[in-house]
Amino acid sequence: MGNSVHPDTDESAIVDAAIAKLLQAHPPARTETQELLGAVFDSGLAWIHFPVGIGGLGLSTVLHQYVYSSLTAAGVPDYISETPIGYGMAGPTIAEHGTEAQIAHHLRRIFTGEFVWCQLFSEPGAGSDLASLSTRAVPTGDGWLVNGQKVWTTLGHLAQYGLLVARTDPDALKHQGLTYFLLDMTLPGVEVRPLRQMSGDAEFNEVYLSDVLVPDSARIGGVGEGWGVAMTTLANERLVLGATTPRHGGAIDEALALWSAREDKTSAAARVLRDRLLDLWIRDDVAWLTGARAAQRRESGPGPEGSVSKIARSSINQQTYELCADLRGAASLIYSAAAALDGTAQPGYMFLRSRAQSIEGGSSEVLRDVVAHRVLGLPPSHRPDKGIPWNEVPRS
Amino acid sequence: MRLVFTEEQEELRRSVRRLLEKTSASRELRQVIDSDLGYDPEVWALMADQMGLQGLAIPEEFGGSGYGWMEQVAVLEEMGAVLLCSPYFASVILSATMLLSIDDPEARRDLLPGIAGGQSIATVAFTEDDGRWHDAPIRTTARPGDGVWCLDGHKTYVLDGMTANLILVVAATPGGASLFAVDARSPGLVRTPLETLDQTRRLARLELRGTPARLIGAEGAAKAALARTLDLACMAIAAEQVGGAQRCLDMSVEYAKTRVQFGQPIGTFQVIKHKCADMLLEVESARSAAYYAGWAAGEDPEALPAAASLAKAYCSRAYCHVAAENIQIHGGIGFTWEHDAHLYFKRAKASELLFGDAGEHRELLADRLGIESLRLGGGRIDA
Ligand SMILES: Cc1cc2nc3c(=O)[nH]c(=O)nc-3n(C[C@H](O)[C@H](O)[C@H](O)COP(=O)(O)OP(=O)(O)OC[C@H]3O[C@@H](n4cnc5c(N)ncnc54)[C@H](O)[C@@H]3O)c2cc1C
Repeated sequence: MGNSVHPDTDESAIVDAAIAKLLQAHPPARTETQELLGAVFDSGLAWIHFPVGIGGLGLSTVLHQYVYSSLTAAGVPDYISETPIGYGMAGPTIAEHGTEAQIAHHLRRIFTGEFVWCQLFSEPGAGSDLASLSTRAVPTGDGWLVNGQKVWTTLGHLAQYGLLVARTDPDALKHQGLTYFLLDMTLPGVEVRPLRQMSGDAEFNEVYLSDVLVPDSARIGGVGEGWGVAMTTLANERLVLGATTPRHGGAIDEALALWSAREDKTSAAARVLRDRLLDLWIRDDVAWLTGARAAQRRESGPGPEGSVSKIARSSINQQTYELCADLRGAASLIYSAAAALDGTAQPGYMFLRSRAQSIEGGSSEVLRDVVAHRVLGLPPSHRPDKGIPWNEVPRS
Repeated sequence: MRLVFTEEQEELRRSVRRLLEKTSASRELRQVIDSDLGYDPEVWALMADQMGLQGLAIPEEFGGSGYGWMEQVAVLEEMGAVLLCSPYFASVILSATMLLSIDDPEARRDLLPGIAGGQSIATVAFTEDDGRWHDAPIRTTARPGDGVWCLDGHKTYVLDGMTANLILVVAATPGGASLFAVDARSPGLVRTPLETLDQTRRLARLELRGTPARLIGAEGAAKAALARTLDLACMAIAAEQVGGAQRCLDMSVEYAKTRVQFGQPIGTFQVIKHKCADMLLEVESARSAAYYAGWAAGEDPEALPAAASLAKAYCSRAYCHVAAENIQIHGGIGFTWEHDAHLYFKRAKASELLFGDAGEHRELLADRLGIESLRLGGGRIDA
């Protein structure tokens, strides 16, 4: 194995030894889930790039995906898919900005899934333009009084905690008047209402915050420094969640299975489907390779390939699930929204669900802007909201 | 699998870039395009004598320096970036690979050191008038003559066929597709230059009328050797495509920052920004595909045929897309003969068509992996 990235350390050896030791001491088949996940955390394999003692080994992120696939293949529950927001957003945010008490209270519980998390960023008036949000937090005594409405809150109905960004200074520039809280969702005044999505199910919610009294100990980062903390949350979302799909897995795997099961593989119509399948198979694998290359480059700072992979991934997934619908043919005319609401798996669900992928976690348009500015250095567009206090910016 | 370069490989890339910037920038490119020879012998000699580029991946015992394919990828990327007009691809990538893929120690000893040192310029003549690259019927025939073989037939789309002094011809014998070495000065060989879409890569048509030739390897050995050579050629041209595509993106971004319309740089317009972002996406994706093929060439030979087709299919489309957008972003000036944008556009299309286009490689990929079980190995990303 080439080792040019780490001339002096062999991260693979450290990671392999930790995995072997863990699996020997806690055979997944014979260990209760919470205990097993706790042991993964204690062995530093939860987030290998975190410091030792808080779930990490102090390594780079290069082997992150390797650890995840090794552990899940060995029978460890899928700790990323089960707690995506806790694992991908809350954990890294708390590790980087949290107090010792917050780290001690939350990290292990996040990893074992004891605490489910949600992300309270978006609002009816603030989506792509997150920094324009208007949920208010006003200081009272030794805490904050929070009022406002959040929306599209995935897992909000199950969460014990929420990552909340609120405005503490409306007279400041919009990025500067924000503060970040680890909100206890069981506090009085937090009301969660389900929102049904186009796929028929209701994985996200509206969250109404009415005179919620939040202790100052729930604040993470300084007053007015919420934007910087939020950037940590969003940067980690992509880094950590990108690992879940194995090579040739997910949408393309489904498409291949459908092709294999098909009787007609030779008609003119079938040839067209076949070429679409091959084209998407290649694009899917190339996107996977780009993710692998990004992981290997991360040592020397994120390169341009990382910023573009979400744009590519969402579009490939959408086109591949649409191909799956076409491969099923007339059978795709049938879909039960009621079954989706009950949580019953059915073909065609991902065809609908994948439309969200180019919206959630940064829309493809906004990401192209980010790439154009930050990576390519193109000049910023005219911004009527620049340089004026939040309360003077026009909003819809 | 490793898809990033070592510091030494990056250093090699930088020195190739310096050399080409000095000797083969846009002005020189125009001169070479208009020259009779079609390449600059001084640059060719510098590449060989100063940097040993022709012998880079040729084993030391045959006069090369025995580096791996990732080094070759870095070099080709830089050559593609400046549209280097040079018989490098024909001589080093096609011919040396062909000789190394056929079991004939004597021929290797005779022919490879000249290629490695740049004294000899070689090419491979395999395509015929049907324009097929893969598993094509071979109508050129070879018959044993007076101590030598004699070739009859024609070959076309021969890369640098006019400049090569050594031509490796694939011809049919009763034993099957076989490889023959032909001296370019041989009697009975008529070479005609072709007028090409891509002004930066020269092609020729060859007629063989009883042309004397030396059999390389056993009769019938050319089929497998040609298949391997084509795989490596696809990997190599993908690396060139990445270099060219990156240059198109750089040109577009630079222009978008400086060209002012409606009182602002055109790069302020979101449509232009998003075009550039999409170009970056294509370039970075193409890069991943090409580096993977380069890695497979050295480290995972079993995956190479599929990886090469993957790279050729992807990088071909990416380069064409980016080269076309580059013209669009430049507006009228991008459509002129003066501007280099069209040279990249033509190189992009020609590179897609050479050795099989994207559609053909999608089919090859399906054949190679079996469409029902399309899987590539190397899931582990090494640190
Ligand atoms: C399934 C799903 C789950 C989600 N889960 C959560 C969650 O758990 N927590 C949370 O906080 N949020 C969540 N979101 C919200 C998500 O982050 C927002 O939907 C997203 O940021 C877009 O905001 P918006 O919906 O208000 O659309 P808008 O921002 O109003 O965008 C509308 C359209 O305008 C375009 N647009 C906006 N700005 C620009 C610009 N500058 N240039 C060009 N085009 C632009 C967008 O690309 C889009 O096409 C979720 C969304 C979905 C779909």
